[in-house]
Amino acid sequence: MSKFEFPKSIASRPVWGTLEVRPGEHHLMIAEAEGAEAILDIATPDLMAKTHLIYIPKGTDYVERLQALKPAQFYEGPSYEASLQRIRRVLEDAHMGLQVYLTGSESMMGQAMNEVMAVGLPHTAIQTEHRGSVARRMQCVHCKGITEDVEVDPFVCAHCGLNLFVRDHYSRRLAAYQGVRVDAEDHGNVPEPKGIYE
Amino acid sequence: MTIQFNDESFRDDYTFHNSDWAIKRFPFPFHEDSYMYSVNMEQHRGGPEGSVYEMRFDVDEHYVSEMKDRAMVLDQDPLRCQSLPHMTLAGWDLLELIMVSKSEDYPELFELHRNGNQWRWINKPLGIDHSFTFMDETTLPYGPMEYITRQAQGDFAVLDQRDEMLWMDAGMVTTQADWSLDFDIGMNFFEWHAPVPKAHEMGIFQRALKFLLNIQQGAPARRLNWTMTVNPLLDTSPENYHKWGIQKTTLTPENIAHKQHLRVELQTFFRLPRSNALVFPIRCYLCSFQDLMTVPKWGRRLHRVIRDLPEELATYKGFIDNRPMMLDYLSQFDDGLPTSPGIWPDLETEPPLSK
Amino acid sequence: MSGAEKIQAKVTEITPLNELVTRFRFERIDGGQLPTFSGGAHTVVEMQDGGITRLNPYSLMSDPFDQSSYTISVRRDDEGRGGSLFMHRQVKLGDEMTISYPVNLFSLDLRARKHLFLAGGIGITPFLAQIKQLELLHGHWELHYACRNHALASYADQLTDRHPNETHLYYDDQNQQIDLENLLSGQPLGTHVYVCGPKGMIDWVRNTAAAEGWPEDCVHYEEFLAPQPGKPFEVRLAASDKVVHVGENESLLEAIEREGVDAPYLCRGGACGQCETVVLDHDGNFVHRDHWLTDEEKASGKKIMPCVSRFEGKSLVLDR
Repeated sequence: MSKFEFPKSIASRPVWGTLEVRPGEHHLMIAEAEGAEAILDIATPDLMAKTHLIYIPKGTDYVERLQALKPAQFYEGPSYEASLQRIRRVLEDAHMGLQVYLTGSESMMGQAMNEVMAVGLPHTAIQTEHRGSVARRMQCVHCKGITEDVEVDPFVCAHCGLNLFVRDHYSRRLAAYQGVRVDAEDHGNVPEPKGIYE
Repeated sequence: MTIQFNDESFRDDYTFHNSDWAIKRFPFPFHEDSYMYSVNMEQHRGGPEGSVYEMRFDVDEHYVSEMKDRAMVLDQDPLRCQSLPHMTLAGWDLLELIMVSKSEDYPELFELHRNGNQWRWINKPLGIDHSFTFMDETTLPYGPMEYITRQAQGDFAVLDQRDEMLWMDAGMVTTQADWSLDFDIGMNFFEWHAPVPKAHEMGIFQRALKFLLNIQQGAPARRLNWTMTVNPLLDTSPENYHKWGIQKTTLTPENIAHKQHLRVELQTFFRLPRSNALVFPIRCYLCSFQDLMTVPKWGRRLHRVIRDLPEELATYKGFIDNRPMMLDYLSQFDDGLPTSPGIWPDLETEPPLSK
Repeated sequence: MSGAEKIQAKVTEITPLNELVTRFRFERIDGGQLPTFSGGAHTVVEMQDGGITRLNPYSLMSDPFDQSSYTISVRRDDEGRGGSLFMHRQVKLGDEMTISYPVNLFSLDLRARKHLFLAGGIGITPFLAQIKQLELLHGHWELHYACRNHALASYADQLTDRHPNETHLYYDDQNQQIDLENLLSGQPLGTHVYVCGPKGMIDWVRNTAAAEGWPEDCVHYEEFLAPQPGKPFEVRLAASDKVVHVGENESLLEAIEREGVDAPYLCRGGACGQCETVVLDHDGNFVHRDHWLTDEEKASGKKIMPCVSRFEGKSLVLDR
């Protein structure tokens, strides 16, 4: 099962949606791993004929099924980073009315959303649907370094080595949740890490 | 009025101190013997002579030292001052507002001479005499917001208004109550307030937003907020929390009187005319417990407020662990007598401590 | 006190532009400087019209950074209740009038990579100030301006002279119409569209943009509704314990104010939401005309915007 029910949280924590087909002549879909299922859920021949689909499999085997949807353009990227230049190129020439669909991990959706916002679409107009990994992209508030794929709380900052607790406070601009030193008021007293949603 | 500027520090040896004048004008934030969130907005159009409300931007004895402290923070971490590209016009608005206000309100300290767009700004306390072209960034050493807020006490959040919402799109934040501009920049009003407990459920932020969206040119507003800080540390940032957090554990019954400070924010709100943005200056005032206790009314009241504060709020404000020690100290100054309504010290009318 | 801060001004220039539109210039009585403002802002002009105080909003069209004077353009509405007729017939050079500080309910989204302006008739006025602001900031903009005919196209020649590449004119009497679908679909990402004109035009632009997949947050519109005359009716103000008669040619808000009951307002044109009032009881039908309340709120019978909306029926009780 690729869908996960996130617990209710504070107002800065993103609430991911469910993709739906919207009117428009041009559609850009960026999907990662199990995000393929969300695309399969909404795909129609008419929609896919107007869609540029960028897919990052991350070891999953959805590629053939996605190609069978016959998107107008299909690109399989080995990673989000490798796909980034292409995403920017596509956005550079796009016109108002473009529909954007993001689906996969929070990290990928957050970063791709930033690219789309940078060219002037409001975040409220970008559709998202979470699928797959619930790991978080975390920013250390102290050293500013980003640690990817964080699954436990507290965790060790990959840059400065401090033990950080995982907040639900989220920055769209950084596409990251905030990590804060867990033992700041009692150095060395670091609780045993456990899963973020345990 | 001549202000004697203190030479003092807000870090390391903490030589910060309040004169008797500064204590009497301290914006004590509790108008009654208990505290709960409220929108508590009022018009910001002056106030009693000598009070922190009197001028649009209060200048006090800490001005020069606070500006030195800000420069130090920015040297260490330039991310404390940021402005998204579309906020430059609001930065000019803010520069104009502060220069005009300060030169009119404190003519002996600040002068502004304008000839069309050719402006000359004189800041005597900081020794600045600078001619520049208004609306031309190339004639300033920093962007307009950074330039002027390096010369104005308090933090500044500059909020863009669009789609019936306020967006934190620029700011100068070096004297904050534990929030990060670098992290929060670009967030909307509900998002940057998300970590505040209880107030969302109470509808406080919905009401506050509605009020703020409708603040109009020429009609600024203000309110007080407060928290607690161990040591007179201005820069209680999340960025440096791994360094200062431990200071909270250094509080003892022997040092609490001078180490524990009540931290009050005078928050004001001005509509910026050219950009239609809203500026939200957050001015921080610190006062040690021992200085506060020189006002009998404040002594009685502070004890009652801290004693009865809901646990969630004491946790959010970061003093839950130290609350028992605070109450041991404060209870000495509460003789059970009633207190007069309002925030003013009422030194002439309130009875001395009878304990 | 309701409304924005007030400015005591005098009329220093009256310039008829064509058969329907006249421009008025205001300067401060005390000779001081006026506040700067942002393009798209309006001022509320107070008119002492016989026994009635009229407060009408007009978009400021002058250079927002010019503090010496404000200018507005008023289109004469022969069918209306008389605000524009008062401005055209009664206001004389040198008259002293009270105007409000600028209030902006139609501001530019300064993040936009391009601003696309669509004006219909007198709806050109807010864009005149926005264009001046954007020229100063080196902004990227384009104007499409539709009018009945060349004679009634206020400021069209001036715009074409100064901004020949950005200005596009369309005249009804020459069967010219904005090619909206293609215009919208060709805009680069990050474009914001602004429309000011008659209701039909605003609806047309909003619906076309939505059908083409434009995000709502990128579509901005302003339509000040003038209050329309209607059948007289009575209203009971519960909080102030008064019964007020609303005449044919006054709005519910004006009638409330006439009785000395203070009600908040900013735009007086059904757009800003300030005068939203709770209906305690009613027996009859509402004539909702505002842009503020949702359709559900209008249908609920629990709220009314007294600046532009009216009531027809037996009894109405408001929480004022």
